[in-house]
Amino acid sequence: MPAVQETVEQVRSIDVDQYKYGFETDIETEKAPKGLSEDTVRFISAKKEEPAWMLEWRLEAFRRWLTMDEPTWARVDYPKIDYQNAYYYAAPKAFVAPKSLDEVDPEILKTYEKLGIPLREREILAGVVRPEGSSRVAVDAVFDSVSVATTFKEELKKAGVIFMPISEAIREHPELVQKYLGSVVPVSDNFFATLNSAVFSDGSFVYIPPGVRCPMELSTYFRINERNTGQFERTLIIADKGSYVSYLEGCTAPRRDENQLHAAVVELIAHDDAEIKYSTVQNWYPGDAEGKGGIFNFVTKRGDCRGARSKISWTQVETGSAITWKYPSCILRGDGSRGEFYSIAISNGRQQVDSGTKMIHLGKNTTSRIISKGIAAGRSDNTYRGLVSAHRKATGARNFTNCDSLLIGPHCGAHTVPYIEAKNSSALFEHEATTSKISEDMLFYCRQRGLSQEEAVALVVNGFVKDVLQHLPMEFAVEAQKLISISLEGSVG
Amino acid sequence: MTQATVTKSEAERQIADAWTGVKDRLPGAAPLTARREAAFKKFEAAGLPNRRVEEWKYTDLRALMRDAKPLAQPPGEIGRVRARAAGAILSGVDLRRVVVADGVLLKDVSDLGGLEPGLTIGSLADALTQGDAEVMGRLGAQSPAEKDVAFALNTAFMGDGAVIRVAPGVKIARPIHLVFCFTGPVPAAVFTRSLVSVGAGAAVTVVESHEGPDGLDYQVNTALEIVAGDGAEIDHVKIGTEGAAALHVSTLTAALGRNVQFRDLNFTIGGAAVRNQIFARCDGAGSTLSLDGATLLKGRQHADATLVVDHAIGGCKSREIYKGVLEGESRSVFQGKTIVRPDAQKTDGKMASHALLLSETAEADHKPELEIFADDVVCGHGATAGALDEDLRFYLMARGIPKKQAETLLIQSFVGEAIDVVANEGVRDALTAAVMRWLEARE
Repeated sequence: MPAVQETVEQVRSIDVDQYKYGFETDIETEKAPKGLSEDTVRFISAKKEEPAWMLEWRLEAFRRWLTMDEPTWARVDYPKIDYQNAYYYAAPKAFVAPKSLDEVDPEILKTYEKLGIPLREREILAGVVRPEGSSRVAVDAVFDSVSVATTFKEELKKAGVIFMPISEAIREHPELVQKYLGSVVPVSDNFFATLNSAVFSDGSFVYIPPGVRCPMELSTYFRINERNTGQFERTLIIADKGSYVSYLEGCTAPRRDENQLHAAVVELIAHDDAEIKYSTVQNWYPGDAEGKGGIFNFVTKRGDCRGARSKISWTQVETGSAITWKYPSCILRGDGSRGEFYSIAISNGRQQVDSGTKMIHLGKNTTSRIISKGIAAGRSDNTYRGLVSAHRKATGARNFTNCDSLLIGPHCGAHTVPYIEAKNSSALFEHEATTSKISEDMLFYCRQRGLSQEEAVALVVNGFVKDVLQHLPMEFAVEAQKLISISLEGSVG
Repeated sequence: MTQATVTKSEAERQIADAWTGVKDRLPGAAPLTARREAAFKKFEAAGLPNRRVEEWKYTDLRALMRDAKPLAQPPGEIGRVRARAAGAILSGVDLRRVVVADGVLLKDVSDLGGLEPGLTIGSLADALTQGDAEVMGRLGAQSPAEKDVAFALNTAFMGDGAVIRVAPGVKIARPIHLVFCFTGPVPAAVFTRSLVSVGAGAAVTVVESHEGPDGLDYQVNTALEIVAGDGAEIDHVKIGTEGAAALHVSTLTAALGRNVQFRDLNFTIGGAAVRNQIFARCDGAGSTLSLDGATLLKGRQHADATLVVDHAIGGCKSREIYKGVLEGESRSVFQGKTIVRPDAQKTDGKMASHALLLSETAEADHKPELEIFADDVVCGHGATAGALDEDLRFYLMARGIPKKQAETLLIQSFVGEAIDVVANEGVRDALTAAVMRWLEARE
């Protein structure tokens, strides 16, 4: 049936070619010399005024990286990355850590305003800019290689929560950083994590003291702006005994014909009875309909449920990036700990997604749950790759995995590659996966009840992803729902 | 992470030496010699499959093969006596026996008299020596297993096997039993290749069984290639009862025409390390495949079932049910991949693999993959791993059934679902009895 005008316009407004965060901010920046060498690493470390141990750590990572090969096992195909032809550090010129927002370059503030990211506490407190959500969110805004603003620092400090750029934490809380940095994702973990260890420039650091429930949602907003620049951020979140934190992450980048590299590392540590909820809405520039440009997103995210009864939950909505290579994982070390992974990955145009999770059961009575929904449209490829393993001592481990794929159109591909390894007889693993197109029966049923074809499709797809959406915090659920209606509407016709 | 193997393992060196020694004596002339040579080159470049090779991730053949045995000698008098007694697991079932002992098809021990009209059974070695056009054509064509290195080794070294042809429209009621046995007396390596061609509208049941003495660490690399014409109906059962120290690598390929019914059961209880790989490809619409498996392991046995179901064309249905029962420190591997090619619309594929872990130290690994490039399909897979259901056992025990018997009943029904695919009642009963014997031998 022909699409109604309204839909046609909505589709146009959200097609890959219409990426609305694709603008560029014209701002003078200071960059590290192009290319990657020990000097680059030293330059970044010096810029960040890091202590000697940190530089040593970086250099060791860099030397290790030189001996490693880029992995090729993922189902993604991209031109070879020339690591010498990029900048590894870009900061707004004359950047001194601003004491207040008034000192931040107004161009940058404007950028975040355009992106709808509230950095002005006043306005947030007054509830002016966020009519849809009543709760407050503390934001750390990372612009290229540096954190430009962190809000609500004072209020968080009162609760004992440390929320600051990691570059600051290295200086102010070296004992915490030294203790935890690289303890979940070791320096030599993989090619991209090692690269990140050598050249990471900023990111967020969160520490929640024992027994504290973080009074507000924490959020980091990543923006790549500079041309030819890679972004390498590092996030480290530690939830001490009995604490709770919910953390949100968002990201966008300008539209460019060239590909840009984003290789982040996120480490989460949950001690006894602590809980970390980590949500991502990943909306990097995906490239145009022909696959030109877009972000190469190679991310290592891992959570360590170190304490008994701790819990880590990953929720992600993936709609952007030309290439996604990302496997947020949980190491369930503490007895009775729990890992969760909820994911919606939508690919359109020529996007390639290879994403999934790892649930590694080490402790007794550990449980995990994986719900993954992949939606492929256009000429994209969407792969779920996941590992669930129970080690010898993981008595009573339980896992439930459900990964479903939906294909929209005849030129896309959906793939499922789960690895299930049970080394303990009392482990109980269940895995199910389905791939299908929207069933004619379902559509017919809806149409019979007076829904239009498009409404029916929207209803079915919303039902398809509902399991995941309900795990997103309020702030993101609305945005995610909008993103999903995008890929959906853009594909049915 | 280097791809090329710089240092060759002992086994790899021995295989290379064996190749130099025997390549001029292997059956078959010109085009085949080149094909063998190319296959060997493939092995030489890649080395033995190891855990760095994704398809062999869980079965590291390079580590499992400490050495490569010399090629087996044709069986002597004692060997022939043993060959006559082989395949006893199916005694009492009316079958046409074709015996391949130590890699040689023994015509005098086989039951080749009174073949049904339209059925021919011959030896691969004969066909190669005589330059049989059809056989040469098939061996020269692209096989669904083309990329696999273990299969390439088979192509390089294959000596003998059975060539079975069923003419179009002919339905063979009496199952054909390919009895593969290793008779000793010293450990050796056997490479057999068998070909089954089933004409359009024809029907046949082929059962293969593999066995050998417990005390010898012999090595078997066997392959069976099936080509089915439109509307053919094929039942295939593979019974793996190799000796306790044996290494067994088997490849089954199936290229199916239109509206083919293909049913396969892979039954494995023997061997120290076993790899069963199946490559099935639907070349015509309307076919139905059922690939089932039952694996019962104990001690330190390792069994790997790797399936690739390639829906090259739409409108086919595939079903896989694999059941594994694991005792001791045994390990089962299931890797199943369903491929739906672009435009293979209306494909219906379902894959299930279930492992029952009876001991603390057993291990089950599953990797059920979907690779889908068409949008109007229904594909799914399920995998479970766990211990016996306490509630079910309690239910039975509460009704006065002793613990062991209750477990036996539960395991039997668990495995039974897979064995049920076998249409021939006699074969099905024989396998059910083999499961019972295995269960009764449990501690």
